Amino acid sequence: MGAVLYVSCDAAALAVGADRVAETLVDELRARDVEATIVRNGSRGMHWLEPLVEIETEQGRIAYGPVKPSDVAGLLDAGLLDGGDHPLCHGLTEEIPYLKRQTRLTFSRCGITDPLSLEHYEMHHGFLGLKRVLEMTPAEIVQDVTDSGLRGRGGAGFPTGIKWNTVLKAQGAQKYIVCNADEGDSGTFSDRMIMEGDPFVLIEGMTIAGIAVGATKGYIYSRSEYPHAVAIMQDAIKIARKAGILGTSVMGSDHAFDMEVREGAGAYVCGEETSLLNSLEGKRGIVRAKPPLPAIEGLFGCPTVVNNVMSLASVPIIMDRGARFYRDYGVGYSHGTIPIQLTGNIKNSGLFETAFGLTLNELIYDIGGGTLSGRPVKAVQVGGPLGAYFPPSLFDTIFDYEAFIERNGMIGHAGIVVFDDTVDMLKQARFAMEFCAIESCGKCTPCRIGSVRGVEVLDRIAEGDQPEQQVELLTDLCDTMKMGSLCALGGFAPYPVMSSLTHFPQDFHVKPLTDAAE
Amino acid sequence: MALQTQSQDIEKETAAIIDVHEHQEGPLLPILHDVQGKFGYVPEDALLKIADRLNLSRAEVHGTMSFYPDFRTEPAGRHVLKVCRAEACQSMGGEKLADDIQRDLGIKWHETTPDGKVTLEPVYCLGLCSCAPAAMMDGNLHGRLDEDAVLKLVEEVK
Repeated sequence: MGAVLYVSCDAAALAVGADRVAETLVDELRARDVEATIVRNGSRGMHWLEPLVEIETEQGRIAYGPVKPSDVAGLLDAGLLDGGDHPLCHGLTEEIPYLKRQTRLTFSRCGITDPLSLEHYEMHHGFLGLKRVLEMTPAEIVQDVTDSGLRGRGGAGFPTGIKWNTVLKAQGAQKYIVCNADEGDSGTFSDRMIMEGDPFVLIEGMTIAGIAVGATKGYIYSRSEYPHAVAIMQDAIKIARKAGILGTSVMGSDHAFDMEVREGAGAYVCGEETSLLNSLEGKRGIVRAKPPLPAIEGLFGCPTVVNNVMSLASVPIIMDRGARFYRDYGVGYSHGTIPIQLTGNIKNSGLFETAFGLTLNELIYDIGGGTLSGRPVKAVQVGGPLGAYFPPSLFDTIFDYEAFIERNGMIGHAGIVVFDDTVDMLKQARFAMEFCAIESCGKCTPCRIGSVRGVEVLDRIAEGDQPEQQVELLTDLCDTMKMGSLCALGGFAPYPVMSSLTHFPQDFHVKPLTDAAE
Repeated sequence: MALQTQSQDIEKETAAIIDVHEHQEGPLLPILHDVQGKFGYVPEDALLKIADRLNLSRAEVHGTMSFYPDFRTEPAGRHVLKVCRAEACQSMGGEKLADDIQRDLGIKWHETTPDGKVTLEPVYCLGLCSCAPAAMMDGNLHGRLDEDAVLKLVEEVK
């Protein structure tokens, strides 16, 4: 069978030329008459090294990256197939500090296996959770998920087990599992990476959820900006159906469960669960007032579990290794691991799964290596476009739901966007309001009108037009949006705005303040 | 006469798409996606057909379609370039890149070059935040971009 090489098919790898590297490898190997297999795996999450090429050796896989097509011939000359030395060689992949420091539970297979190989999946502990679940009662499954301490990884941090229990107890001829894969937050891509790199874990997680609450149908609602993820998920579902994992008899049991992928159409607000449900029903993605909770009256009015990709993809390992195993990771009320995405202006960009509890300092400097531009860090935004901006003085904050809330921030979907000292925080605040205005579903006034007024007020501050009064107005407006909006879009857009204002006042009243000071 | 034929074709093609999705729960979005995939936009005749077959009012179908930025009521250029405007790309000079592209192409967001070659759309995150700035040309992803790289992308497409 010859040598086995790995080149990722993850969208981030493709975006920097992984396909061309793989093609060049094929051509070069053919020209040299060498027999080798190229496996298109998921990504290891070390995106600054993509396109990453790995070769299987007796000691383990050896990594080379970032590889350009023009590097391929030289790599082969240097003995790539035997793990030969080369300036692009990083030694054994597993020994690279960035990977070695991680605790990979949810992403344990991502970057290792062929995403669409059931055989690979089963070889790496796949379906062990589901098999265990088939011997349990629904109440026991829900209890295990509750005991694991798993909280909604979409951002809200609501205990997953409690949500499942509500759906389990709700009466309904039909119940649904809806997977929220509408990962629209800038600085996040963990959902995409799982769907592209280990789709069966999501299928397994959703099937377990279905069995636990008595739902027979699941939907994955993904964004249209993720065509690769959608295609791989669809293929994986077909494979799972054919193998009898999905269908009228899940793995030969009495349980029925099937699922399909639905694509959004470019609306950020559809990541909000009620708006997502409306969109799935074929309506405008308008936010619904709660109550009723989706757990009681969700999709088509039926009891529905709406969980994020990360939450559902964490379930199989919890059911396999036990609630206690998962719960023992983390700090405070934040149990387990969290896949943190290090993005923007950062040297070691990528995905870093770790137990809760690291500080921002450790994440940004020790692991992330500081800015890519080499300039000082001025701010980081954690939790997407609705997350707060933190200055370096708050980098001692630990990655934990409560620690961030205490400092008027949120971990959200665990994306960290790093900005160097060239960033203008007034501009960032304006963008937050502009984004909210563009993406508002229009249902509630504070969000629909407030965001437009917010842009205007910030523009007046930029023009130096009575900045003190405008700041007062802005603070009041943000308060109204926070308290009066129906969902997190209008309710959280004030966070990036107010945190910019609080931590970077110098960016807000530049002219008048300097005038006054002089 | 030609117009009438075209209109009939649209209805026929749309009906075939509806046949595929009719049995699904909440079939409207999948149908709209396929219609746009077929024609490059959602023609008025298709909209009427969908309303008729799904037993919805024309306003309901129009309302749903117009809510989502993906759906067009007019054809785009031969190629669609989506450039990310979100924060992670901003942190890597995405805003300047977007300005440069608009200047180089001589068009603004949502516009098409006069030769009908490229339509420029903003996108809020492609999930490529670890290799920013990023863009998508006709479904193909590109990261770690600069002005030259984007111009090359535009040149490469016919």
